[in-house]
Amino acid sequence: MAVKSRPRQALAVATALGLVLTAAACGGGDDDSSSAGTGDCSTYDAYKHEGTEVSIYASIRDTEADLLEESWAEFTECTGIAINYEGSGEFEAQLQVRVDGGNAPDIAFIPQPGLIKRFADAGKLKAVSADTKTKAEANYSADWLKYATVNGQLYGAPFGSNVKSFVWYSPKTFTEKGYKVPTTWDELIALSDQIAGAGGKPWCAGIESGDATGWPATDWIEDVMLRTQTPEVYDQWVNHEIPFNDPKVAEAVDRAGTILKNDKYVNGGFGDSKSISTTAFQEGGLPILEDKCTLHRQASFYANQWPEGTKVAEDGDVYAFYFPAIDASGGKPILGAGEFTVAFADRPEVQAVQTYLASGEHANTRAKLGNWVSANKQLDINNVANPIDKLSVGILQDASTVFRFDGSDLMPASVGAGTFWKGMVDWINGKDTAGTLKYIEDSWPK
Amino acid sequence: MNFDLADQADKFVMLLGGLVAFVVLVGGLLLVLDVIPTRLATRREARLAAAADAGVPIAAGAGRGREGWLAAGFLAPALLLLAIGLIFPAVRTTILSFMNRDSSAFVGFDNYTWMFGQPDIQAVLLNTLIWVLVVPTLATTIGLIYAILVDKARGEAVAKALIFLPMSISFVGASIIWKFVYAYRSGEQDQIGLLNQIVVWFGGEPQQWLLGQGYKLNTLLLIVIMIWIQAGFAMVILSAAIKAIPAEIVEAARIDGTNAWQMFWRITLPAIRPAVIVVVVTITIATLKVFDIVRTMTNGNYETSVIANEMYNQSFRYGETGHGSALAVFLFVLVIPIVIFQIRNIRKQRSEA
Repeated sequence: MAVKSRPRQALAVATALGLVLTAAACGGGDDDSSSAGTGDCSTYDAYKHEGTEVSIYASIRDTEADLLEESWAEFTECTGIAINYEGSGEFEAQLQVRVDGGNAPDIAFIPQPGLIKRFADAGKLKAVSADTKTKAEANYSADWLKYATVNGQLYGAPFGSNVKSFVWYSPKTFTEKGYKVPTTWDELIALSDQIAGAGGKPWCAGIESGDATGWPATDWIEDVMLRTQTPEVYDQWVNHEIPFNDPKVAEAVDRAGTILKNDKYVNGGFGDSKSISTTAFQEGGLPILEDKCTLHRQASFYANQWPEGTKVAEDGDVYAFYFPAIDASGGKPILGAGEFTVAFADRPEVQAVQTYLASGEHANTRAKLGNWVSANKQLDINNVANPIDKLSVGILQDASTVFRFDGSDLMPASVGAGTFWKGMVDWINGKDTAGTLKYIEDSWPK
Repeated sequence: MNFDLADQADKFVMLLGGLVAFVVLVGGLLLVLDVIPTRLATRREARLAAAADAGVPIAAGAGRGREGWLAAGFLAPALLLLAIGLIFPAVRTTILSFMNRDSSAFVGFDNYTWMFGQPDIQAVLLNTLIWVLVVPTLATTIGLIYAILVDKARGEAVAKALIFLPMSISFVGASIIWKFVYAYRSGEQDQIGLLNQIVVWFGGEPQQWLLGQGYKLNTLLLIVIMIWIQAGFAMVILSAAIKAIPAEIVEAARIDGTNAWQMFWRITLPAIRPAVIVVVVTITIATLKVFDIVRTMTNGNYETSVIANEMYNQSFRYGETGHGSALAVFLFVLVIPIVIFQIRNIRKQRSEA
């Protein structure tokens, strides 16, 4: 789900502001300070297509969208390709409406491989050009390319990404109370018990996210699934080679339930465990700052949710540690997600933009502007300023990492963005594991 | 991000162009609408006069052909748009409802068996039924009672304006207001939701209203929003109807010694019956289509979904075009009897008049 990769402060004001900014950028253009650039256009020679336009549609909005537009400002200036960027909070539904209505954007950043497959099967997507393919293969691991490959054909290069296997905490509180960052599941539970024993609520969580309510809970299940089972079983589950209500899945869900449905553990600052389903995911972890809870499992992009002035660092107000594995011998499984740049048109300028977005130059330009994580191998970790982004890039580039893509994004949308989310909401509200999993299994498209 | 007016000049020019185009087009159309029928009428009169002068008997409907063409000419664009915007999509949706997820093969009645077979979709249908039964009844009743109570009372205009106000708020806006009414904070915190604050004042525990604690409480709480919006509409129409009751009838009834109760059941209600039917039918159709409130409040979670919301989700979010179309067709089928009833009703009134 794309929602996961963007801060959803969802302020209409900010959107309006963004529109004004975009309009201003269209009018002027010369006066913007493309700080990241060197002013030397020779690197862009291969992409030149004077006087052309390319439209891009994605779910990235507000500040992040501004940074994105800044990241290709120099490219636009040097190549003569104007990029019309549009970000929408209704991206997933609207993209399908636009494509079916014959009004597809040239390029879309799709965060769900399931959706890529659907468009590819329907013959709407254009396979990447040879140049893009070469760049994508050089810059991203085969694992990542697999998600944008349908029937042996590559449809897009990976773009931004995020790491989900993080537990947010307050280093300050940890030092004050003498807690140690847990490195195994048992230590994590022992720490939770210690906090609960002292009369506190160790965990806080929130899965309300507008029409995407439920997705943070699916991330929980996927992350635990990667810890109770092997990555191979995870793949089988995601591809429906084992039923959704397989005992192995039930085991993972129940284990997640020992935290999420445990009224002694949750929901710090919000109420009982049922309050998880009505707590906005953006607010889910904030009680950490007031010491009403201590731990909050959420992805790297949660860094954007802390109020202004919060220091996100190993010695700051908040930071995150790796969501520990149950059995350390199985390596460090990582759950993550990201967008892919797919094209609905194959005009040369569209291909040029697609190729450029797959390049190391763009990844580094964008990273220098801040708040950016990508699995691009060319990305120089020194260009990443934010400590949590640095940690994420380090994990993504580590060859020993066992990476798995967000399962609900790989499943068919009616499950991955439908019954899985809904089922999780009902589960949090007290429905039993077996009933929930059967409900999801029954809805899997035949 | 400085906003330079000069930079935007071309946009203003465009806006001006649009305005001019609008004036020219609409003004021209109005002019044509005014001139042509007048000219045709004058001509016919002249012809009739000439015929009468010559002593030729006049055939009924003579000279109507040209006016018929004119009428067809004006109707054609509307019919064309209706065909493109309504009839074609309706036919296409019906066809799609018999096809699979991506509309690539026919699957017969699979989508319909799915609709009635899935427990969660059954819940959706049940919810829609509850909405349709409760909203028109309560909204009309409340509107009617209010209309009678404030009729000829002091400060009638203000009282009416108060209940009519919610009508002017969009469904989404109204839902956001009510979201705050139902908002939940745990007992140890300050309540930000009105309802829970009242509960706390009376010494109760704050409730998570929208999660639903049985008896479809959350659906009923969403229904309250719709009633809040629609009661004003009912009140305005019914109030106008009450005022239109001929004073003689009311006076005659008074002289005959009716009490208030008899007055309502024997005089007022029969007199405003057509208005009540219009109100009920309009609200029923609006209720069947309810989408914004559910989507804004819960997005159909906690078993509060209704057909329109589920249709949107299935078609556009899950890519299950077949399922979505089947739901749409079902909704369409539900509306048809109401529309037929309304048309027959109008016809009957006309023949009575």
